[in-house]
Amino acid sequence: MTDTINVQAAADKFLALVGRPLATWAEACVHCGLCAEACHFYQATKDPKYTPAWKILPIAKAHKARTGFLGMLGLAPKITADDLKLWEELIFDTCNMCGRCTLVCPMGIDIASITAATRQAMNAAGIGPADLFAAAENARDRGSPLGLTSEKLADRLEWLADDNEVDLPLDRQGAEVLLTVSSIEMMKYPDSIVSMGKLLNAAGVNWTFSSTGYEATNFGYLAGKADIAKTLTLRIVEAAEQMGVKTVIIPECGHAYGVMRWQAANVIGRPLPFEVFHITEYLAKLKREGKLEFKPYDKAFTYHDPCQISRRGGAAGDARYLLEGFAPNFKEMTPTENANWCCGGGGGVQAIARSAPIRFEVFKIKTKQVEQTGTTTLMSSCANCRLTMDEAKTGIGWGGELASIVEVLAEHLVEKD
Amino acid sequence: MDLLDFARGPAINVAMVVLVFGTLWRLLAILFLGKPADRTVPRLGTPGPVGAALREIFRRMVPHPTFAFAERFSFFNGWVFHIGLAIVVFGFRPHVLFIKNLTGLSWPTLPSGVVYVVGAITLVSLVAALVRRLTNPVQRFISGVGDYFAWFVTVFPVITGLVAVGHVGARYETLLAIHILSVALLFVWLPFGKLFHAFLVFVSRGTTGAFLARRGV
Repeated sequence: MTDTINVQAAADKFLALVGRPLATWAEACVHCGLCAEACHFYQATKDPKYTPAWKILPIAKAHKARTGFLGMLGLAPKITADDLKLWEELIFDTCNMCGRCTLVCPMGIDIASITAATRQAMNAAGIGPADLFAAAENARDRGSPLGLTSEKLADRLEWLADDNEVDLPLDRQGAEVLLTVSSIEMMKYPDSIVSMGKLLNAAGVNWTFSSTGYEATNFGYLAGKADIAKTLTLRIVEAAEQMGVKTVIIPECGHAYGVMRWQAANVIGRPLPFEVFHITEYLAKLKREGKLEFKPYDKAFTYHDPCQISRRGGAAGDARYLLEGFAPNFKEMTPTENANWCCGGGGGVQAIARSAPIRFEVFKIKTKQVEQTGTTTLMSSCANCRLTMDEAKTGIGWGGELASIVEVLAEHLVEKD
Repeated sequence: MDLLDFARGPAINVAMVVLVFGTLWRLLAILFLGKPADRTVPRLGTPGPVGAALREIFRRMVPHPTFAFAERFSFFNGWVFHIGLAIVVFGFRPHVLFIKNLTGLSWPTLPSGVVYVVGAITLVSLVAALVRRLTNPVQRFISGVGDYFAWFVTVFPVITGLVAVGHVGARYETLLAIHILSVALLFVWLPFGKLFHAFLVFVSRGTTGAFLARRGV
C-alpha cells in the first residue's frame, strides 16, 4: 500500500467502470444477508464483515454520489480514504471472486464482478496488497509472477524433457495448438507440465509452447491493474497469431482460464482468432474423439471443482467425463460441481501472504467435505487451488493427499506404439 | 379542505406523479448507462441473452437446492409478505375501486373478511422480517437506516389499513385519511430506496442470467 490514497482517482475509476450491469447490481441489494451462507470466509469466521453484500458498499457509495438523486444535488456521501482502507481486506484478502454468493442471491447480484471493479478502483487510488501488486508487476517486467523468464522456460523445458523422456516442443513451426503454462506448475508442480505433454503427444496433437506467450496466469487482472492485464493477455494472443495456431490451451489454472476464455476478447477489444480450452476441456475433447485411453485408476478420491472452471467457467462436466469409466472409486463431495466450496486461494488471495491464517481456516471446510466422502485424496485441476491447499494442509496439519487430474490421467495413459 | 380531502386529493396525486416519474428516472438512469459489448464466444448450445434472462428471473423464485435449508426462513417469509401485499393491494374492493377511478381497469375482488385475514398475516410476516433483521448478526450488521425506513413505509399502510377497516381509535374518515397518507409516503419513497428492488429484481436477475448462460453455467 502506498502512503497517500488518491480517493478522487478511485471515484473516477468507479464512474468509468460502472455500466448497466454493475449499476444494476450495485443498486439491487436488499440486504437479506443470505450471501453470507455461501461465503467460506464468513462461514470460517462467522464475522459479519465478510458478508459478500458488504463488499458492494464502496462501489454503491461512489455510484450514488455521482448519479443518485441526492448525488445530483451534491448531498450524497462520497467515498472516503477510510472507506478504501477499511474495505481493502474485504476486497483483496477475503474475496476469491469465486461467485458462490451469486448462486444464493435472490436478486442475482454478481459480487465477483463488483470485487473485480472495486480492485481496479482501489488500485487507481494506490491501495492494495504489496505482494499481489508485485506479482502483477513481475509478470509484466519479467514474463511471469514467479520470475519464469523465457530463458528459464527454455531451460526448464529442456530439463523436463530430458529427465522424463518426453517431447516438450518450444516454438515449433507449423503447430496447430499452443499450450500455455502456469508458473506455479513450472516452479512447484513440474510433473503437471510433463503430464500435459505426454497426453497431447499420445493423442497425436501438433502442439507447442511459445517463448513469448507462455504464462497463462494473469496477475494484472487479479491485482486490478487493467493495463498489465491487457499486456499479459496480448502476449499470448500475439504469440498465437504469429504462429497461426487454431487453439490455445490453458493449463491447470482456474483464473487463467477465466481471463483468457471469458474476458480476453473484451480486454483487447476484438474477437480472439483461436479457440480457448482449459486442459480438462481439451482432454475431454480428445477422449470423445477416441484419441486417449486410460488404464483403470482404482484409488478412492474426491474432486475439488476450481471455481473459475466449474461455477464461473461452465466446464464442470468435462472433468467428470474424463473420470467416467476410468476411476470407479471417484466419490463426489457435497456440495459439488457449480456449488462446490472454493479453496480460499483463488482471485489472487493465494499471493497475499497476510491472508494465510484465514485461508487455513477456510481449508477446514474443504477437509470436512473430503472426510464426508470417506476418502483421503483430494484431486483438482488448478495449480493455484493445489498450492493453496498444499500450504493449508501443512498449516493445519491435514493428513490427506492432494492430486492433479492431469497427472493422474498421464500416469494411467494407455500408450500406443 | 379537511384531512381526507387533502389525502385523497393533492397528497395521493402528487405521490403518484413522484412514483411514476421517479421510477422512470431511476430505471432509465440505469438502462441508459449502456453495456459494454461482449466479444467472447458463447459456449455452444447455451441459450441466448433474452431466454437466459427470463430463465433466471423464474429460476431464482425458489432457492438454489444447495442453499434451500439456509434460505428456509427468507424464502417462506419473503413469499408470505410479498404475496400477502399483492392480495391486499389487488384483491380488496376499495383498492380496486381506487385503481378503476384512476385507470378505468377493474377485476373481481375477494371477500373483505379474506383480505382482513391476509392483511393480518402480512403484518405478522413483516414483523417477523424485522425481528430477523434485528436479531440475525449478518442482517443487523449490513442494515442501515434505509433498510428500516423501507420496512416502515411498507408496514405503515398495512397497519393503517387494518386500523381503518377496524374503525379503531378515531373517526373512520380520519383513519382513512391516515391510511391514504401512509400509501402516499410509500409511493414517494419507492423509487428512491431499496423498495425499488420491485423493478430491479427483473433487471438484476436477467443481467446475471445472460452473463452466466454465455459461459454455460
